[in-house]
Amino acid sequence: MYQYTDFDRAFLAERNAQFRQQVERRISGALTEDEFKPLRLMNGVYLQLHAYMLRVAVPYGTLNSAQMRKLAELAERWDKGYGHFTTRQNIQYNWPKLSDIPDMLDALAEVNLHAIQTSGNTIRNVTADHFAGAAADEIADPRPVAELIRQWSTDHPEFQFLPRKFKIAVTGSPNDRAVTKAHDIGLRMVERDGEAGFEVIVGGGLGRTPMIGKVVRDFLPRADLLPYLEAIVSVYNLLGRRDNKYKARIKITVHENGLEKIRSLVEERFATLRAQFGGVDQEMLKGIEAQFAPPAFHASDSDDFQAAYDSDPVFRSWVDTNVTAHRRDDHAIVSISLKAHGKTPGDATAAQMRVMADLAKEHAYDELRISHEQNVILPHVPRAALPRLHAALKTAGLGTANIGLVSDIIACPGMDYCALATARSIPIAQEISERFDALKLEHEIGDLKIKISGCINACGHHHVGHIGILGLDRAGVENYQITLGGDGTETAEIGQRAGPGFSADEIVPAVERLVLGYLDLRASADETFLQAYRRLGPAPFKALLYPEAREKAA
Amino acid sequence: MPRQFTPKVVTANALIEGDVVYLTSRDDWTRLLHEAEVLTDEAHAELRLLEASARHHEAVGVYLADVKLEAGIPQPTHFREDFRRTGPSNYFHGKQAESRNS
Ligand code: HEM
Ligand code: SF4
Repeated sequence: MYQYTDFDRAFLAERNAQFRQQVERRISGALTEDEFKPLRLMNGVYLQLHAYMLRVAVPYGTLNSAQMRKLAELAERWDKGYGHFTTRQNIQYNWPKLSDIPDMLDALAEVNLHAIQTSGNTIRNVTADHFAGAAADEIADPRPVAELIRQWSTDHPEFQFLPRKFKIAVTGSPNDRAVTKAHDIGLRMVERDGEAGFEVIVGGGLGRTPMIGKVVRDFLPRADLLPYLEAIVSVYNLLGRRDNKYKARIKITVHENGLEKIRSLVEERFATLRAQFGGVDQEMLKGIEAQFAPPAFHASDSDDFQAAYDSDPVFRSWVDTNVTAHRRDDHAIVSISLKAHGKTPGDATAAQMRVMADLAKEHAYDELRISHEQNVILPHVPRAALPRLHAALKTAGLGTANIGLVSDIIACPGMDYCALATARSIPIAQEISERFDALKLEHEIGDLKIKISGCINACGHHHVGHIGILGLDRAGVENYQITLGGDGTETAEIGQRAGPGFSADEIVPAVERLVLGYLDLRASADETFLQAYRRLGPAPFKALLYPEAREKAA
Repeated sequence: MPRQFTPKVVTANALIEGDVVYLTSRDDWTRLLHEAEVLTDEAHAELRLLEASARHHEAVGVYLADVKLEAGIPQPTHFREDFRRTGPSNYFHGKQAESRNS
């Protein structure tokens, strides 16, 4: 795990002291809201519908147990006993008082956590695969590269005033779990002739104008990464539009100029820059890699595991859905579902956070991760510990076996909290998961990603949901639009709008018709919803959603 | 023809707690919509908005929200304002859980 230096600690203490003074001056009336707002946003403090919100960063989604315990303490002391884990691999507190926030930040600093938000039109926090350093399919841990990019870009003079903010995601394996095709730059590690390198993707993004990133270089040797990134960013810096905020992201630059032109400009620039780098970056990378060294794994024998797997069907079902292959055969990656049926996706109580912290300490080399799918991961668990781990999770209400299934829904806060929302998203997620739990068909249905956003900013990633739901305000009434066929992995696609929206009462029955209808349409039990959609096209799925239209046409 | 002016209240979020407040005719803030001053005259409403906006050490994000009068009591016309006066729907938190009357 990334080790804080004294410099980092001193910097954080100073930032917190500064913000404490700013809050005091705001409360005394010395600062107006217009003056204070940019300061609070830089420190992760937002104003929502019913209260302030504090957004705490979790770099690379990686936490140790002491940090998780601190998150629990904040929830208990200054919030309403819970926190909300988001798709941005951070945690949000929905109820802090402005006057308490400086104390919350000091408490976080005790465990080297902070709420500082990278803001402005710069290169933002780099995100990485939540299975980093653990996955069996991984070529190399992507986090050192992500950290290298962060350090290189943070104070880079040329990149402080880009046309718009810039986000980079890195995955260390060919299977993309970091939604790299929906970022300004996505890096997907691949192998060619035994050598590891990156597939470089540019111009992806969701939001108002969703686009899938395009491959600008299909294989980039690892050592060429920084000069190549710098080439892309400097081409964008030159060509990117500054006249219109909605056209300023690189996705529009690539769209308007064409991939070929971008590629040739980037390659030209790269040829010059490559000579200038001269290997300093590779020295830096070596230093960083040491900080992300894997834990000292100890061998685990699998007898206990096998006995429990053979005899306990509840445990077996949980293992089959929530456990992923680790790069060591005697270990496993555990995904803890924060999607208990009928509950708010991504929420965990203080007590649950403590249970997860204790389990990480006891069984998982003291390491936890937050996934962009709003679940918590224990990346390194000896297989022999799985039965005990599962029993403890079950007792804490954390044993739901639904990773990747219908009820593992991503939902943004929507109009229950967010001031920008046009409709609610959480209650729709709650109703869908309750409904499918009652039908007892989840495991039969298999792999299915439902993603819900409460407005076009698309924080809930609805464009890349197999079934996406977008909440809108239609003449003062909540209305939900369905998109179909979206995909956020290496075979990424933007979902297509299915047709007219549904009211809050109609949306859950519509999703039910769609999913139950798929069971009749699929070629075999192995054909997933997305595969069936790709094979058959939208027509039969639209017919399920709009039976009246079909009757009229007949 | 000028659009007809519909009744409004001045609303904002409290500076420290961040919760929803409404301006009363006594010039203080209330947490309860039914205690808010209902503004039916456009010029008066604009004036009250200006006055309230100047109180930036008490409230944040001051604006005029539409209401309709039912038996003389202001009710929200839009679901967003309905949630603001109630609280979130996934937990019994926020205004719905408080009997506070300040
Ligand atoms: C409640 C407070 C929130 C506010 C005010 C907010 C606001 C926004 C806005 C304005 C954008 C669009 C930015 C742009 O494209 O220029 C955005 C994007 C995004 N938000 Fe949020 N958001 C909030 C909460 C969340 C939460 C809770 C999550 C995670 C569950 C999230 C995840 C994202 C992501 C992933 C994007 C990027 C989408 C893209 O690729 O363009 N946001 N947010
Ligand atoms: S998608 Fe819209 S409603 Fe949802 S969190 Fe983002 S800004 Fe808020």
